[in-house]
Amino acid sequence: MIATPSLRADRVSVDTGGRTILDDVTFEVVPGALLALVGPNGAGKSTLLGVLAGELAPSRGTVRLGERRLRELRHLERSRARAVLTQENAVSFPFSVRDVVEMGRAPWARLASLAEDEAAIDAAIDATDIRHLLTRTYPSLSGGERARVSLARVLVQDTPIVLLDEPTAALDLGHQEDVMRVARRLARAGRAVVVVLHDLSLAAAYADRIALLADGRLAAIGAPDAVLTPELIARVYRVDVDIVRHEGAPLVVPRRA
Amino acid sequence: MTVTRAPAETAGIAAEQRPSSTRRTAVLVVALAGALVAAMLVSAIIGQVPISPAEVVGSILKAVGIPNAWAPEDPITEAALWIVRFPRVLMAVVVGAALAVAGAVMQAIFGNPLAEPGVVGVSSGAALGAALAIVLGITALGSWSTAVLAFTGGFGAVLLVYLVSRSRGRTEVVTLILTGIAVNAFGGAGIAFLLFAADKASREQIVFWQLGSLNGSLGSEAGLVAIVAVLGSAVAWRLAPRYDLLALGERNARHLGVNVEALRVGSIVLVAVLTGAAVAFCGIIAFVGLVVPHIIRMVNGPRHRPLILGSALGGAVLVVIADLLARTLVWGADLPIGMLTSLIGGPFFFTLLVRQRRASGGWA
Repeated sequence: MIATPSLRADRVSVDTGGRTILDDVTFEVVPGALLALVGPNGAGKSTLLGVLAGELAPSRGTVRLGERRLRELRHLERSRARAVLTQENAVSFPFSVRDVVEMGRAPWARLASLAEDEAAIDAAIDATDIRHLLTRTYPSLSGGERARVSLARVLVQDTPIVLLDEPTAALDLGHQEDVMRVARRLARAGRAVVVVLHDLSLAAAYADRIALLADGRLAAIGAPDAVLTPELIARVYRVDVDIVRHEGAPLVVPRRA
Repeated sequence: MTVTRAPAETAGIAAEQRPSSTRRTAVLVVALAGALVAAMLVSAIIGQVPISPAEVVGSILKAVGIPNAWAPEDPITEAALWIVRFPRVLMAVVVGAALAVAGAVMQAIFGNPLAEPGVVGVSSGAALGAALAIVLGITALGSWSTAVLAFTGGFGAVLLVYLVSRSRGRTEVVTLILTGIAVNAFGGAGIAFLLFAADKASREQIVFWQLGSLNGSLGSEAGLVAIVAVLGSAVAWRLAPRYDLLALGERNARHLGVNVEALRVGSIVLVAVLTGAAVAFCGIIAFVGLVVPHIIRMVNGPRHRPLILGSALGGAVLVVIADLLARTLVWGADLPIGMLTSLIGGPFFFTLLVRQRRASGGWA
């Protein structure tokens, strides 16, 4: 892992097909912190993640990694700076789970030693609880198993910036907590971690900061307690909620009566 | 369609996985190489002039400067070997390798085991080029006129498909396939018109070109295709790790540092060159590009390095055997080889599919 430069989106907008998907978003992904990106469906979370990953060119504004514009980096340089877990993780041929995880080391081919490769792979396999799946073929796995294998592939990429798009979507309760613990551990180890989440309580429990997107704009960013207020959630999600405190973290509970 | 290996084959603990898959690859490569040498030898022996295995070996040794007692005394035997049989066997080897590697690359960039070079218009473009040369009697380039036009037609068709389906710096796979269908249809119409307009002799020539044949292959032609096949396979081998990443999907491949667009353009050119060179001299030889990589993947898994090596060897074996049958099944006649590749490949492929299905408990 190389030293973590900051990743900064400066007044970023994205237009597609005459619609503005992201509108003037400015924020910084800080090393050592876990940032949860939340917001209603279609708020532009995945688009923002795509811009931060350098795969989408912003229509206006810039994204910089340290001093350099992210889009100016070569593909391989970017792949050594940031790893991305996408929502779609289909594999077109019946590769074994181990093969898929090993592919995450591709950016370091000829740079890392075999021992480093093995260590990274081993750690990721344990962190995602997939050791028993290694010899299975990827297409034969369930949705949740695939999500964990894909996360392992992202972890072995061993980048200072880690972007996870809904890593908990297909997972059971236990594995959801596992994944968030992994994400928090990455942040504690000095990496910049961005996680797109739908579960606001999960976000509040693990994130250092929460960024709330609404209609392509950044509605709020800050500590969970500051962002998750009944007023803001009612305005953005159009649902009334109570905020309950549990073990020091806010729990977001919709009023169902 | 995806293929799942049987649990029994993949059982074993993780630490043993890499050595065992390497061993399986080694076994496969040695077996295919052995089969190829045997098929080439048999192919050199059997024919209208019967030649003994000792004479074949002796003649080759003599040619590389090792005098020996086995070399044929009869100059007619020597001539049959070096002018007729060896060029034809070499052509079969390199055409098979080129077609199968092109198929493996095609399947890799489309992420689909059903893709084959014909999808992007190589075959119909090449056929149109060849038909044009035949009907218009173009001889500006001497005896290679048909081959040059066939290659140009195939390459041009691929370029056209690619350029039309590209928009804003990206190429969508579905658009690429649909454009390929349109260009194939156009090529088919062109061939139909030329068949209609041609005289009887040209018509026959076009039909037989499309059926494919290695009859009359010259050493110089085989040498040229050999150079293309070796260089092309080497490029495919170099790109193989990127094809592995591409199996994770375009976005994930990009996140892992692959310039997907450049890889795709380069690979399509590679496919056009490999296929174009193969069909230019021999006409359309169906099925090799589709079935050989698929069989290798079933036997040895989907990793692209061994897949490309196995496909090159497997394609060579299939075409050498098909060509041997083409010229020996019916005495004195040369059957269309495209018919035979399908005739051998089809049932073999089907047997494997059924076995696979039984092993994995369904069409996985």
